[in-house]
Amino acid sequence: MQALINFVISIWVPLVCALVIVAVLPLAAGYIVLMERKVMADMQARLGPMRVGPHGLLQPIADAVKLLLKEDIIPEEADKGIFWIAPLISVTAGMLAMSALAIGPWFQVADLNIGLLFVVGIGALGIFGIVLGGWSSNSHYSLLGALRSAAQLVSYETAAGMAIVGALLLAGTLSIREIIEAQEDYRVWFVFASPVGFFIYVVASIAETNRAPFDLPEAESELVAGYMTEYSGFRWALYFLAEYTNMVVVASIATTLFLGGWLRPFAGSRAFDFLDYLPSVMMLGVAGYCFYRAPKQPVKIQQMVLAAVGASFILVAGILAAPLLAPAGSMLASAKAGLHGAFWFLLKVVLYLYLFMWLRFTFPRYRFDQLMRLGWQFLIPLSIVNVMGIGLALVLHRQLGWSHWTAFPLTTILTLAVAGMLGSAGAKKDKEHAIVGEEA
Amino acid sequence: MADQRIPFATHAETTVLGADEIVLNMGPQHPSTHGVLRVKLRLDGEKVIGSECVIGYLHRGVEKIAEHRTYTQFAPYVDRMDYVAAVSNGLGYCEAVEKLLGAEAPLRARVIRTILTELQRIASHLFWLGTHALDIGALTPLFYCLREREEILKIFEKYCGARLTTHAFRIGGLQYEAYDELEKDVERFCTPFDKRVDEYESLLTGNRIWVGRTKGIGILTAKEAIDYAASGPVLRASGVKWDIRKAMPYAAYDLYKFEIPTGKNGDTFDRYIVRMEEMRQSRLICLQAIENIPAGPIMGKVGKVLKPPPGEVYHSIEAPKGELGYYIVSDGTTQPYRVRIRPPSLINLEAFDKMIRGHLVADVVAIIGTLDIVLGEVDR
Amino acid sequence: MANDPEEKQPSASPKKEEPSAVNPSAAASEPASKPPVTPVAPAAKPPAAAVPPRPPAPPKEGPVALDNDLVKRYKERFGEAIREAWIDRKQAILVIARERLVEIATYSRDEEKFDWLSDLTAVDWPKREQRFDVVLNMYSLEKNERLRLKVYATADERVPSVQGVWATANWEEREVYDMFGVVFEGHPELKRILLPDEWQGHPLRKDYDILTQDTAWVRENLGIESGQ
Repeated sequence: MQALINFVISIWVPLVCALVIVAVLPLAAGYIVLMERKVMADMQARLGPMRVGPHGLLQPIADAVKLLLKEDIIPEEADKGIFWIAPLISVTAGMLAMSALAIGPWFQVADLNIGLLFVVGIGALGIFGIVLGGWSSNSHYSLLGALRSAAQLVSYETAAGMAIVGALLLAGTLSIREIIEAQEDYRVWFVFASPVGFFIYVVASIAETNRAPFDLPEAESELVAGYMTEYSGFRWALYFLAEYTNMVVVASIATTLFLGGWLRPFAGSRAFDFLDYLPSVMMLGVAGYCFYRAPKQPVKIQQMVLAAVGASFILVAGILAAPLLAPAGSMLASAKAGLHGAFWFLLKVVLYLYLFMWLRFTFPRYRFDQLMRLGWQFLIPLSIVNVMGIGLALVLHRQLGWSHWTAFPLTTILTLAVAGMLGSAGAKKDKEHAIVGEEA
Repeated sequence: MADQRIPFATHAETTVLGADEIVLNMGPQHPSTHGVLRVKLRLDGEKVIGSECVIGYLHRGVEKIAEHRTYTQFAPYVDRMDYVAAVSNGLGYCEAVEKLLGAEAPLRARVIRTILTELQRIASHLFWLGTHALDIGALTPLFYCLREREEILKIFEKYCGARLTTHAFRIGGLQYEAYDELEKDVERFCTPFDKRVDEYESLLTGNRIWVGRTKGIGILTAKEAIDYAASGPVLRASGVKWDIRKAMPYAAYDLYKFEIPTGKNGDTFDRYIVRMEEMRQSRLICLQAIENIPAGPIMGKVGKVLKPPPGEVYHSIEAPKGELGYYIVSDGTTQPYRVRIRPPSLINLEAFDKMIRGHLVADVVAIIGTLDIVLGEVDR
Repeated sequence: MANDPEEKQPSASPKKEEPSAVNPSAAASEPASKPPVTPVAPAAKPPAAAVPPRPPAPPKEGPVALDNDLVKRYKERFGEAIREAWIDRKQAILVIARERLVEIATYSRDEEKFDWLSDLTAVDWPKREQRFDVVLNMYSLEKNERLRLKVYATADERVPSVQGVWATANWEEREVYDMFGVVFEGHPELKRILLPDEWQGHPLRKDYDILTQDTAWVRENLGIESGQ
């Protein structure tokens, strides 16, 4: 009987998680878009969407409805089958990658022991969606944009992969769960042990998701408007969803590998247990802000919606606080790991996405040849040196018994020195190529 | 008007490497051509080996209209040419007709004209900066620049009722007296403006991506610039220190102290630096001017009916885009016989072909942006 | 002769231009259409006894004949090719022969340092036999001076192109061709610039009616009479 229950649980839990991913992720992606628009507006000294729902909170729903109701236009000369399937490939790849990642210790579709390899590999399959979309559109602009995008993704995939390898050396395993447990055991997040690797991964992941400053293939003001040109309505929404899902995937990988996954800051030490109340306090703060702004809404229904949002945040705060206040050993107390883990994980992902958005609105775009040069001539050599540095640090620490407070900072400094040399070599080359004419 | 539609890959001529050459059309409708400009590019891969600008989509026959209007009636038409800097256009025209009449605007009118024209220069450069940065991918400076420009447009609206096509000046002087708070408003705008320009610079000048996209792009040497009669910041960035406000002062510019920024290499980065510095200098001129606006009449002694004696005159001013010249021929009647407007944007645009050769397709938008063209002026 | 100003003054005819050491006056023959020039400041003060005729006041505006050093240098170099020289609203104008335009332009750019061509345009005087005035506004960056060159041409005569002298003339000449129909000899690619390639007529000519094109188009494309 127990075996049957276990069997059912082992099927139900992944199924429920998968359903949540497929159902909630698009909605979450829509709200990430809203968050981006609000952050963009904030940095540009304006307000962003304010009209649809209080503070624009219903904007994603309005956009989704509009896109669904749009006319489905397929270019006449387009290859209809591939045109139909290309966005699906992108979305599927993104969601599949999400399936191996763990949002908190209780939420994971499948805990593969090659988890990270699976995620990176499937994520790379998304490139197919882009190339096929560009090809099937039967338009020069789209094809050129798609090929550029694919070239960019492939180049930065290498650098990202090497940065991941650096962190994997520290973890010693590919399984998602065990990587985070390794960070718990070491009492330090891997970002502190391999900061250069983290930096490389941040840059590479921005390029992976075609975000500014690496968004030339899909920029509006460039000649080539990108692989999404001929797509409109819901198909375009699928591509858009794929892009934001990819953002969430790379953010999750970075969080898992470098930022401690679902661990609370200072997870190991008991002295910082008061930080366990931080999630509830933060939710209460957000709820307080909602209640503060509710009376200022112009329309009664918007006041009520904002008040309801505030109330729901209070509910979440209560749920987060409950395991802490429940008697130890009870069922409720054991829920702490799952709930708090999910909260910390999502918080780190959101901060990572905020960093993405911040960079997008601050920097201009790289030109394509500069982009490729950055990837191949700076990031890839640097990531290789990073791996060697981490290896050296591990040898020093484990074989030669150096304390990790000396070994890791030393190798970081060495890697940074190499980065400096690469950077200045690149700058010199840029000056030589200043007057374009020798560039092929 | 029937315009030949260019299919995508035409005349596959072989280039040096045996590759095909394609013609890419950046059509009149494009987010980055700042108006209706059509650019036909001949590409070898990504490199541009030739280009042709097709203009005339905004041609409204302003010079022909001028022959059928009186001098006063024609004045609002000139605002619509360079619609981003309407006040400068008006200044050039009014001063040209005043030269033709042999009249001169009184000092108070000239000082107020100077203030408004310098504010317009700042507004035009702000607009240029926002759109140029947007084309290169920096999304944020646009909003900061437009925020500042709003303040200037509010001053214009308080003064003459219009924000964009202002028709602020009249032949012989001004129609409207400076409103009571003009000095205060200008001071309130100019005082923090220095720090704002520093803010824009902090976003762009030190940024390696910006420098990488603009340094060495679109180089125009001094000799080429003079040969192509480039003017304004385009000429000054190539190293030629020439500004009509200093060389042949008009309005009240000889009363104020200001510098002429010049560049060294004549690339896009230098043009950017020159225009940023020009904004700072314009601010200084405004601050000097409002300290002491002389009292007096605002309209000179021109009759109600303007009938300049027969003859001709060529008068040019330093518009934000370059040398804006008016060549007016009079035959003694109330309507001009010929008005020729020398558009700085058109003359600067001629150098585009020279500047784009050898660069990549992605630099086309940067170079069009750096020339700071307004199609209303190019086509008239 | 100059010792006896009292006798000279009354008999001097104001129409005749006397070369005077003090005042520049146009030595070249001026057609009667130009207003008569007399020295502004008389060379000698009239004696108390004789009543000298008041010299006619020089015209305040309007063209005045010119013969300063610059004009002299041009005339020395090109002789007959410099047809007229006058000054209008303090701006110097030279009318030159059409055939020698490129030569004179090259000389202006190289020797006289007029390296910056502000503007090249045209004016239509239909009542004149040579109806078009092609006008070049030149500027010298080092001397900070302007000079205007004018070339007269009929509708059929071809004007040599100066785009080899100043590269900027290329589009400006295309515009003159577009608007006036003046053909420039030696221009690499003389085609319309502002109007579509298949436009008929040259709009800035005085006999080009704004309404004619409109009525013709409306009649042809809409089949009705234009309401203008």
